[in-house]
Amino acid sequence: MSRPPHRDYAGAKLGMWLFLFTELILFGGLFLLYAVYLARYPHEFAAAGREMHLAFGVANTVILITSSLLAAMAVTAVQRDDRRTTLALLGGTILCAAIFLVDKYLEWGAEIGRGIYPDSPRLAAGPPGESVFFSLYYLTTGLHGLHVLIGGALLAVVAARVKRGAIHPGDYVWLENGALYWHLVDLIWIFIFPLYYLVL
Amino acid sequence: MSMVERPATSSFWNDTGKTGIAAWIFSTDHKRIGLLYFYSVLGFFLVGVLLGLLLRIELMAPGRTIMGPQTYNALFTVHGVVMIFLFIIPGFPGAFGNLLMPIQIGARDVAFPRLNLLSWWLYMIGAATILTALFTGGGPPDTGWTFYVPFSARTGTNVSLAVLGVFIVGFSSILTGVNFVTTIHRLRAEGMTWGRLPLFVWSLYATAWVQILATPILGITLVLIIAERLLGTGLFDPGRGGDPLMYQHLFWIYSHPAVYIMILPAMGVVTEIIPVFSRKPIFGYKMIAFSSLAIAAAGSLVWGHHMYTSGMSDNAVLVFSFLTFIVAIPSAIKVFNWVSTLYKGSISLEAPMLFALSFILLFSIGGLAGLILGAAATDIHVHDTHFVVGHFHYVIFGGSGFAFLGAMHYWLPKFYGRRYAEKPAVVGWAMMFVGFNILYFSMMVLGMKGMPRRYYDYLPEFAPLNLASTIGSWILAAGLVLLLVNLFRGLFRGEPFGNNPWGGATLEWAIPTPPSTENFEQDPVVTHGPYDFKRAGMP
Repeated sequence: MSRPPHRDYAGAKLGMWLFLFTELILFGGLFLLYAVYLARYPHEFAAAGREMHLAFGVANTVILITSSLLAAMAVTAVQRDDRRTTLALLGGTILCAAIFLVDKYLEWGAEIGRGIYPDSPRLAAGPPGESVFFSLYYLTTGLHGLHVLIGGALLAVVAARVKRGAIHPGDYVWLENGALYWHLVDLIWIFIFPLYYLVL
Repeated sequence: MSMVERPATSSFWNDTGKTGIAAWIFSTDHKRIGLLYFYSVLGFFLVGVLLGLLLRIELMAPGRTIMGPQTYNALFTVHGVVMIFLFIIPGFPGAFGNLLMPIQIGARDVAFPRLNLLSWWLYMIGAATILTALFTGGGPPDTGWTFYVPFSARTGTNVSLAVLGVFIVGFSSILTGVNFVTTIHRLRAEGMTWGRLPLFVWSLYATAWVQILATPILGITLVLIIAERLLGTGLFDPGRGGDPLMYQHLFWIYSHPAVYIMILPAMGVVTEIIPVFSRKPIFGYKMIAFSSLAIAAAGSLVWGHHMYTSGMSDNAVLVFSFLTFIVAIPSAIKVFNWVSTLYKGSISLEAPMLFALSFILLFSIGGLAGLILGAAATDIHVHDTHFVVGHFHYVIFGGSGFAFLGAMHYWLPKFYGRRYAEKPAVVGWAMMFVGFNILYFSMMVLGMKGMPRRYYDYLPEFAPLNLASTIGSWILAAGLVLLLVNLFRGLFRGEPFGNNPWGGATLEWAIPTPPSTENFEQDPVVTHGPYDFKRAGMP
C-alpha cells in the first residue's frame, strides 16, 4: 500500500510561525528584565546608555534591514524560476549576516577595551544599575548574535538546496521558512536597537 | 522488545525496511517514536521512584538513617529533576500523544515526522547531559529542582551542566508542541470536525499551546543561571544591582504552566476511559473541551502563588491568589462532568477504570489542598512544609501518575496485540492506592503540624507519621512492581487482544490490532462523534 507522500505548505508555514513565537518569547524574558530594571534604575540606565556607540548600532540596523530586503527578494526570485538571482540574493543576505557579526565583534571589542564587561572591576566600582544594564546588553546582543549565526547557517543550507534544484518554483517552502526566520532575527534587532541605543 | 511473538500479519511491528535497533531509533513512524518515548520515560520514572524510596528511608526516623545531608540534598534535587523534566512533562505528549493522537484524528502520522524523531533525540541528549552532570564536576546538583538563586549561582555542585540538560529537554518539548498544534490543525480526517475530536486530543491541543508559549521562558531562565555562574552577570545578585525575586518570577512563569503540561493530558486520558467503561457518552463534551483551554489560559497567569512569602507586594499576592481560585473552576467542571458521566452508567470496574476513578478522588483531594495553598492567609502557615509536598504528589502522582498507569493498561494492549491478566492488575492497583494514601496523606498532616520540606532532620514528635509515610511508600512500590510485571508479561505473552475489546468509539478502536504502519487502509471519513457508541455499532 503506497500513497503519495504528504505535502502541506500551509502546515509547514504554520509550524514555522509557531516556532517563531517561541523565539520571541525567549527574548521576551530578557525584555521583561530590561523593563523591570529600567523602572528601578532609570538614572543609571540613562548614564550607561550614553556609553553606547550609536554608530555601531546604526550600521547594524542598516545591514540587517538590507539583508531582510534581499531575503524577501530571493523568495520572489525563486517563484520566477530565476536560480542565479535567487542564489545571488541569498549570498547577499549571508554576507550581511557576516558583516553584522564583524561589526558586533568590533563593538564588543571597543566596550571590553574600556573595561565594560560582566563582572569587570570598572562596573563593580560603579553604581549597580549600570552593571545590570551592561549585563543585559551583553546577554541580549549575544543571544541575538547567536541567532544571526544560526540564521546565516540556515540560509546557507537553503542556498545549497536551491543550487541542487531541491528548491524550485513548485516547492520553495524551505526558502520561505528560512526567510521567515531571518525576518525574525531582524525584527528582534528592531526592538533591541532603540532600547539600548536610542531611548536612554 | 522481541519481534518474535508479533503476529505475522502486516503491522507497524514488522512492516519496515530497516532492521534491528536502527528500525526504532531512526524510525519516523509516530507509533515507534511513541514507544521509544514510552520506554525512555518509564525508565526514568523507575529511577525517580527508586530515589523517592531512598529519600523516604532516610526520613523514616530522625537523624541519620542511611545517608549524609549532602547526599540527601542531591537526592531530592535529582528526584525532582528526573520526575518532572524526564518523566511527567515529556511522558503524556511523547508517549501516548505520539501513539494515539494521529490515529484518533484519522491521520497517517504527525505533521512533521522527522521533527518528531528529532524531539526524541533531543530528549535523550538532554537526559544524557543531566545524567553526566550527576557524576562529573562538583557532583550532583543540590539546589532542589527549582534551581533557586542565589544558591544555584554559588553552589559548587554541577548545576551548569544539569541546567543545560534541562534546556535541551525543553527544546524537545517545544518541538513536540509545535508539531502537535500543526498536526491537529492540518491533518484531521474528513468529517473530523473540532466538535468530533476525542477529548484526549483536545487536552493534548491545550497542552501543546502551553508547551509552545511557556517553555521558552524556562529556556531563557536557565540560560541566565548559566550566565550567572560562568560570566558573573549579577542579574539576580542584590550586591550587583540584581534581584533574586526576578529569578523566581521567570522560573514560575514557566513552571506553573508546566504543571498543566503534566495534568491536562492526564485529564484527557481519564475522559477517554470513563465513558467507555460506563457504556455511556461523555457528559458535557463542549465544557470539557473548553475547560482544557480555560485551564491552559488561566493557569498561565497564576505563577505568583509560589511566591507569597518571597517578598512580593501585598497587591500582587492578592491578585495571584484571586487568579488561582479561578483555575479551580474549569478543573471542577471536569470533575463534575466525569461524575455525571458515571451517573446511571453501566460501570465495569476493570483496571483502566479503577485508575480513572482513583484519579478523580486523588486529584480532587490534591486540588482542594491546592486551594488551601492558593489562599494567601493559609499559605503562610503551610508554605514550604510537607503539606506542599503532599499536595503536589496528590495532584501529579495521584493524578497524572495514576492516569499514566491507566493509559498503559487501556492502550498498550492495542499496540501489542496481547493483554495483561486482570486480577493481578486490580490487586496491584489496590496496593498502590492504599500505599499512596498512607504515604502522602501523612505528609499533608506533617505539614499542617509544621514539618518543613527538604529538611534532613526533624523533631521527635514528627517521627510516627514519618514512619507511617515510609511504610506507605513500600506498599506503593510493591503494588507498582506487581502491576508492571503483570502488564509486561501480558503484553509479550498474555491472551490475544482483539480490535476493540473495551468497546471504544474513537478511531483507534476501528482499526486492526496492532495497527499497520499507515494506520488506515484508506483515509477515513468520520461520520459520528467520539463517544457516540450507538452509531459506532456498539450494543
